[in-house]
Parts: sequence; structure tokens; C-alpha cells
Amino acid sequence: MKREDPAIVKGTLIGITTAFLAVMLVLPLVYVVYTAFRSGLEGFLAAVTDKYALHSIYLTVIVTLMAVAVNIVFGLYTAWVLTKFSFRGKRFLSALIDLPLTVSPIIAGLIFVLTFGRQSFLYPYLNELGIKVIFAVPGIVLATVFVTFPFISREIVPVLNAQGRDEDEAAALMGAGAFQIFREITFPHIKWAFLYGVVLCSARAMGEFGAVSVLSGHLRGKTNTMPLYIEILYQGYDFTGAFAVSSILVVMAILILIARNILEHRSKSRYLR
Amino acid sequence: MSGKTKSVIPGFGLSFGISMTILSLIVVIPLCSLVVYSSQLSMADFWEIITRPRVLASYKVSLTTSFIASIINAVMGLIMAWVLVRYEFPGKRILDGMIELPFALPTAVAGISLAHLTVSSGPVGALFANFGIDIAYTYTGITVAMVFVGIPFVVRSIQPVLEKVEGEYEEAAFIMGAGRFETFRRVVFPEIRPALIAGFTMAFARCLGEYGSVVFIAGNKPYETEIAPLMIMSELQEFDYPAATSVALTMLLMAFVILFVNAVFQSRASAIVGGIR
Repeated sequence: MKREDPAIVKGTLIGITTAFLAVMLVLPLVYVVYTAFRSGLEGFLAAVTDKYALHSIYLTVIVTLMAVAVNIVFGLYTAWVLTKFSFRGKRFLSALIDLPLTVSPIIAGLIFVLTFGRQSFLYPYLNELGIKVIFAVPGIVLATVFVTFPFISREIVPVLNAQGRDEDEAAALMGAGAFQIFREITFPHIKWAFLYGVVLCSARAMGEFGAVSVLSGHLRGKTNTMPLYIEILYQGYDFTGAFAVSSILVVMAILILIARNILEHRSKSRYLR
Repeated sequence: MSGKTKSVIPGFGLSFGISMTILSLIVVIPLCSLVVYSSQLSMADFWEIITRPRVLASYKVSLTTSFIASIINAVMGLIMAWVLVRYEFPGKRILDGMIELPFALPTAVAGISLAHLTVSSGPVGALFANFGIDIAYTYTGITVAMVFVGIPFVVRSIQPVLEKVEGEYEEAAFIMGAGRFETFRRVVFPEIRPALIAGFTMAFARCLGEYGSVVFIAGNKPYETEIAPLMIMSELQEFDYPAATSVALTMLLMAFVILFVNAVFQSRASAIVGGIR
């Protein structure tokens, strides 16, 4: 016995929702692709096969892969520590992990400038070793890892908490080692949540702008990721170029949304039954 | 490690060690360097910097636009969550899947698209220019970009609660003679209020720190449309680290206050989800 809202209320609210999402989300998305192709396919191809454009794509891929790799290692170990063991300071630890979510990307960039920049006490040592962090690729990678830091562990922790420790304890008592327990018992449970975390992490990594913008120094063809390259093109009034490179990221965003929906559906159907 | 209770599961030492090492390198040490650096500033300098008229103006821009955008998101988010939970209609799954788009789309891409659409020569900007309304390079433009960024927060915060309060209470209220609106106001709304406030504060915190999608549409005119994160950015570009650090600390403080409020309402919201289940 479900009480339905009257058709007029229902229709109006669905109308408002659809109109709002169409204007706020779909319009900007379609407009990117439309502007990218407005001056024809040749204009688009010329823009995305430009030497600097290709280099920015290459750098984005490298930075994303590295950030995701670090976060996979961290996410898996941390989720394991946070859910399988009890220790003092656990709540503090998980608050610390979530911290990057609430820090403005500009501040994320700033803290790395303060850590590795010219005024830092580390600077002379790094300089002697010939390591450049700020205004170079390592800084971009560090900032990207920072802003995507909680994504993987956050997805896995709730699933592992729901699973409990019984199975792992049984396996441990039967003599299984940590890696064996992880591979044969824990991982099958978290497979979808883990993949979902990786998807979220890659999405944010390839699109990060603020933090990377602080750290890159904007050396064209050297330290420009795709979002930074888009900024340069846009500010140089090369709108076709800016929107052409953007359209690649739009396609990636749509693929990520689709993957997200499939993975979320899978992990839900498995754990909320 | 001394406070650890015995667990039969092996691997604590190694896992704890690896997590702590990465956490220290990425989060703890950089954040400490912010604290160390700012401790070298005198209180007077700090105060002088954060009360400069241009800095105060940037807080005002950021706080005002974030607040308006989050109010809009709260109202629209409530309607959208209601529609997505309570109604069945064709295309519902697509609308639901779209909500996270602002997370998936790089902020710079959203920024240039919104800016190019709403400048007076752009398709949407031209439409509004007929009525004498400018969007890009004004408060309105900044608010539009922040609404875009904040969309997922309120919807995703209310949805689970609304799914749980389905049914009985409303039936009871209805049978006892409450009208449709009264039922919503007195039965449903109190249940979703903590989730609504949690979503609102989260969106507010996010808008306050947002950079990429806002800078292109903001116009960045000092004293008028310059947001606080951009203030930090321009101080960094002039290598004025003390000023950048002071403004950053003030913003971090604001974010922590907002998040504290968020945590309070978040736990109430999850108590509601848990309690009714």
C-alpha cells in the first residue's frame, strides 16, 4: 500500500530534476564536444596531434599510473590494517587518511612547495643530489597522490568491516600466512570495491588541476598535464584546441561514469542482499 | 604498536609499517611543513596579512558564493533525491548515474565549458545578456560553477536516508489525518534533516576550496571576483610564501569548522539509517 504523489506533483518534480541536470551537467558536456568539432574534423585532429598536446597526454597517463600505483599499495595495506586489527589511534589514523578530501587543491600544492621548495631545509640536500621536485614531474606526482589519497581505502574499508574477521581468523588458525589469507579470502570479497576505488582514483588523478597547477611551473611541453595544457590553450584564445583536448577528457569521464555504475551495481548486489 | 590487542591474523607489523610510511611521506610531513613554516611568522605579521582588504574581500567572495551555491544545491538536491528514490519513470537510471559527473569530469574542463557558455558572446550568455544579466565574470558565474561542483553531495547524502524512511510512518500520519504537505513537513523532513545538513556542509566545504572550475568563469578581479584559493595562488606566483601560508591556514581553519559541523550531522544521519533498518 504505497501512497503515490499526485501526477501533477510527480510530473513537476521529475521535470525540474531533468531540466536542472540537462542544463547543469549535459549542456556543458555537449558544448565541449560541439566546440571541439565546430571547425571540422581536421581542426580537431590537428589540435590533438599537436606535439605539445601529445606530450601532455603522455604526461597525464604517466602521472595517473604512478599515482594509482602508490594508492593501490597504500589502499590495500591500510584497509587491511584498519579492519583486521584493533590498535590505539585507529580513529585518528582514519581521520588523517581522509584529510586530503577536505583540503583545497591549492593548499595541497602549497604544502609541497613549502616542503621541497627553495626555503625548505631539505632543498640543499635535494639540490646536491640533483633532484628537482618543485616545478618538475615528481612534484606533480606527489600532489596527485595527495589529492587522490583516500579513494581506494575508503571504498574497501566498509566492505571489509561488513565481512568481519571470522574467516581470516579461521584461516590463520589453520596456518595460512598473511599473503595467503589476503589472496584467497580477503581479496575475493573486496574485488569490486577495489576496482571501483581504482576507477575513482584514476578519474581524479587525470583531472587534477589546482594542486598540479601550483607545482608544475607551467613549462610547456615539459610539465604540462592535460588540464594544464587546456588552461594554456584557453588563455591563448585557442578555443578549438582547448575544447579538442578537453573532449578527450570528457570521453574518459563518461567511460568512468559507466564503469562506476556497473561496479557499484556489482558490489551492491553482492553485499546488500 | 604497544596498544594493539592480540590478533591471530598475521601481517600486522608489515602492513602497519607500509601504511604509516606512505602516510607520513604524502600527508604528515607536508602538512607539518605548513605548521613549521607558519610558526616562523609572528602573530602580528600573520594578522596583518589575513586582514588585508584584498584578502578580506576574497574571503567574502568565497564565503558568499559558496553559501548561495550550497543553498541552491540543498534545495535541488532534496528534489532530485526525492525523485530518484520515490518515483519510477523511464530514464531514471541514467539520471541517477549522471549525478556523479562533476566528480568524473576534470574541473578545468568544466571550468572552460561553463565560462565559454556564459560569456556575453557565448550561447547561454547571449541569451541572458538580452535581459541585461551578465553571468561570467560576476558572482552569478562563480555561483553557477560552484553549483556544478556541489551537485553530488546533497543528493548522495539524502538518498540512503530517504530509502529507509519509506512507508509506515507516512502511512500512519496519513491515516491519522495529516495532509500530504504536513506529512512531509512533520514526518519525513525531520528524518532527512541531518542528512540534508551534512550534505550541505560537505558541498559548502568543497565549494570553498574549489579552484579549477571557478577560475575561468570568475574573472578574477581583485576586490570583486577573486576567490580565496586564487588569492593563495597569486601570492605563490609572487613567491610571497608567508602571505600564501597565512591565507591557507585561515582557509584550513574554516574548512575544519565546517567539517566538524558536518561530522556531527553525519553521525545523526547514519544513526537514522541504521536505526530504521
